[in-house]
Amino acid sequence: MRRDIHRILVFLVLFTGTLWAQSKSAAAKEELQGSTGEVGQYGGHLVISQRAEAKTLNPVTAVDRPSREVIYRMQADLIHINRVTQRTEPALAKSWTASKDGRQYTLHLRRGIRFSDGQPFNADDVVFSFQLYLDEKVHSPQRDLLIARGQNITVEKVDPYIVVFKLAQPDAAAERLFDSVAIVPKHLLEKAYKDGTLAQAWSLTTAADQIAGLGPFRLKNYVPGERITLERNRYYWKADAKGNRLPCLDEITFMVVASEDADAIRFQTGDTDVISRLNAENYALLAKDQQSRGYTLQDLGPGLEYNFVLFNLNDDTAGRLPDIARKQAWFRDVKFRQAVSAAIDRSGIVRLVYQGRGEPLWAHVTAGNKLWLNSKIPKPPQSLTRARELLQSAGFTWNKDGKLLDHSGQVVEFSIVSSSSNSQRMQIANMVQQDLAKLGMQVSVVPLEFRSFLQRVTQTHEYEAAVMGLLNGDVDPNPEMNVWISSGATHLWNLGEKKPATPWEAELDKLMEQQAVTLNRKARKKLYDRVQEIVAEQLPIICVASPNILVGSKKNLGNFRPAILDHYTLHNAEELFWKGK
Amino acid sequence: MSRSGMVRVAIVLLSLLYGAVLLAGFLAPYDPAEQDREHPFAPPTRVHFIDAEGKLHGWPFIYGLTPSPDNFAEYQEDRSRTFSVRPFVPGDNYSLLGFSLRRHLFGIDEPGRIFLLGTDGYGRDQFSRLLWGGRISLLAGLIAAALSLVLGMVVGMVSGYFGGFTDDALMRLAELFLAMPWLYLLFAVRAFLPLHISPTVAFFLLVAVIGTVGWARPARLIRGVVLSARERKYVLAARGFGATDFYLLRRHILPQTMGVFLTQAALLIPQYILAEVTLSFLGLGVGEPVPSWGNMLGSLQQYHILASYWWMLAPALVLVPVFWGYHVLADFLHERLEFGQ
Repeated sequence: MRRDIHRILVFLVLFTGTLWAQSKSAAAKEELQGSTGEVGQYGGHLVISQRAEAKTLNPVTAVDRPSREVIYRMQADLIHINRVTQRTEPALAKSWTASKDGRQYTLHLRRGIRFSDGQPFNADDVVFSFQLYLDEKVHSPQRDLLIARGQNITVEKVDPYIVVFKLAQPDAAAERLFDSVAIVPKHLLEKAYKDGTLAQAWSLTTAADQIAGLGPFRLKNYVPGERITLERNRYYWKADAKGNRLPCLDEITFMVVASEDADAIRFQTGDTDVISRLNAENYALLAKDQQSRGYTLQDLGPGLEYNFVLFNLNDDTAGRLPDIARKQAWFRDVKFRQAVSAAIDRSGIVRLVYQGRGEPLWAHVTAGNKLWLNSKIPKPPQSLTRARELLQSAGFTWNKDGKLLDHSGQVVEFSIVSSSSNSQRMQIANMVQQDLAKLGMQVSVVPLEFRSFLQRVTQTHEYEAAVMGLLNGDVDPNPEMNVWISSGATHLWNLGEKKPATPWEAELDKLMEQQAVTLNRKARKKLYDRVQEIVAEQLPIICVASPNILVGSKKNLGNFRPAILDHYTLHNAEELFWKGK
Repeated sequence: MSRSGMVRVAIVLLSLLYGAVLLAGFLAPYDPAEQDREHPFAPPTRVHFIDAEGKLHGWPFIYGLTPSPDNFAEYQEDRSRTFSVRPFVPGDNYSLLGFSLRRHLFGIDEPGRIFLLGTDGYGRDQFSRLLWGGRISLLAGLIAAALSLVLGMVVGMVSGYFGGFTDDALMRLAELFLAMPWLYLLFAVRAFLPLHISPTVAFFLLVAVIGTVGWARPARLIRGVVLSARERKYVLAARGFGATDFYLLRRHILPQTMGVFLTQAALLIPQYILAEVTLSFLGLGVGEPVPSWGNMLGSLQQYHILASYWWMLAPALVLVPVFWGYHVLADFLHERLEFGQ
């Protein structure tokens, strides 16, 4: 019976489809995208926690992580990075072609699909969305990525379903730029944009029917300080292998759970169905109850986060901070940094801080980044002998108490700052301190509140060394540009350099610029391999370790395919379903 | 147990504890900052007298500890390796009364390790840290209490003896101090201190701050005693014979305040030990790697430690006899010296 109805429906769709085509009506046939996941069941509710409450639902202006976690369940992009394969795949653009010089991209949009409020989607929405993202007055965080290195993007509508993007210079990762640039409905946001009130539009208190997107879910309600609930978007443009329209779930609730430990306990007791960011300690604790409580935990291996020791190499300390400037003479000596690197017990750090659920690092690309990792980077184990040799050859000596002295007889003494709220980085700092004490260095660890920590490192440069970490949203080298180019905003060890201070920084600049415009992947990989070599050799930051991504879900959650790219667990929210419910 | 018996037990207990932390370097088998990264969260080592074959050993021994290759912080006793617990073994250097020494009360041969109270997340010996940490915590209590009492004594005597405007001014100030939410005040003061200070400086600053805040209560009590003492007939007589203020205070009034002074001391010391523990627990006291009971307990803020490693609670357990001892002592002094006169 059911199958019959199905047939009739399929027939009806085909029939009406041909009718529409024949009448050349404006409403085109709806082009759904097939999903490769397991065919699921409709219904059910999923609860996940967030560390803080989302601040806005506006994809153009959202900066904070909680907001973006919610927004990307409600919105969609033109070309998407598949979180599992780490490669691009069609989304709102069903196909695209690039010109030979890599400067022009022609995107063919999916026809006949609708926003969650039922209004049709076409090229006008795309042009409008990019107008918002590229407008300097809107202050969209995506703008920085889109116009990186003076890139200039123009967007033109060719017909209602074809859009052409023109770039001023070729970009090797141009396709990836479209990921996470949500296409917003012109009919709902145009007025706010013209009135200059876009920043206030789509706040959490906006009525649900005033917000629409092309993502699998749409806003249902919001309880301040407690939760945000999304419901199924019945116009979503993906279908499973049998042609059933996704998503499967009726609702997703984002619940605010303020601390890491509370988060783990909530998941353990079954209050939440999925947990995204477990630390190793809680992972071990929760693993014991896996059978009895009906959830499964997964260790996805190293993510993209790299934690490192950073020495202050900023030039602007001279005169202003004489004490720090004096110590910088040691830090600037590459042999000193190499000695520190040789003395750090990376495997011990991985074992104790991450309980073995992490990866030691000698350069910034982690093993999780399969496409770009340079596997030839040497990985010397901790060696105090080598560290002492390096220090000796750089003119350091030891007094009879075993304290390390520089060439003018001063005791080598400095402090390492870190953010007190991150217990794992504090632990790394304490272990590094102990390792360096074995070389005779007098190191103290200073925990700082996160904001004042960041201010010291990025603004006042009033620190000697720091332990911190960086996390990228994508595997591609291009978002890393800011870190390695001497004028970059995240060039942490020496911010605001007018020109490269050292020959190797000049080489880094050249390599990074070159890889960004090299379209051949092999040639590009070669360039980026060299970048990793320089980082491992010159040690502008001394990479230490990368934690594994640890996640968990209820056992009967189907299609759960967590990935090491953000968002680890809900990136395929449309495919998730409850088995046997 | 009789009252005096309890007091005796309390005194013995406190002396033992203070003695133990004073001799921390000698009693502790390891350096408190030394990280044994092969043994994070190792449970307390079992000390055996009888081996697996049922043979009695004349001297206590332990088995080697093998970390589990798969699971973090899981260990197995390796019955094939035994290590005798040896007395007076040479080890890390420490200083005692100005001498640099390296003999420890007990220890075992390398590569064996003995952790009487287990280890923390860095593989540091909890027993050694407990002893060294006790130095900081117990000493902080003593110094801060002394500071408070001396300040309170001076203010109380001046205020009670001279009376009038001085009395009014000082007592209003004391009330202001009593009304102050001291924990938040300490937070504020700590926030103003420079960040780059050595653990020793941090310790003394901490003690100074705790000590100066708490002078008001003893000052008020001592003022009361002085107020009544200065009207005593023998004091008036001495004054009639031309005794100076200083002589009267020193000779006739000061001895009267001894009861209050000692009782207050017995009450304030544990209170200040707790203050140090609280501040260090919240990360405002002495910093890593120097141990104190407060920062040792600080790690219990993490759920997994609280749930999995009971030996990390050791510093909290030691605080119980300390508090009990001081309270028995305070009770006794209160009855004996203040009302028994």
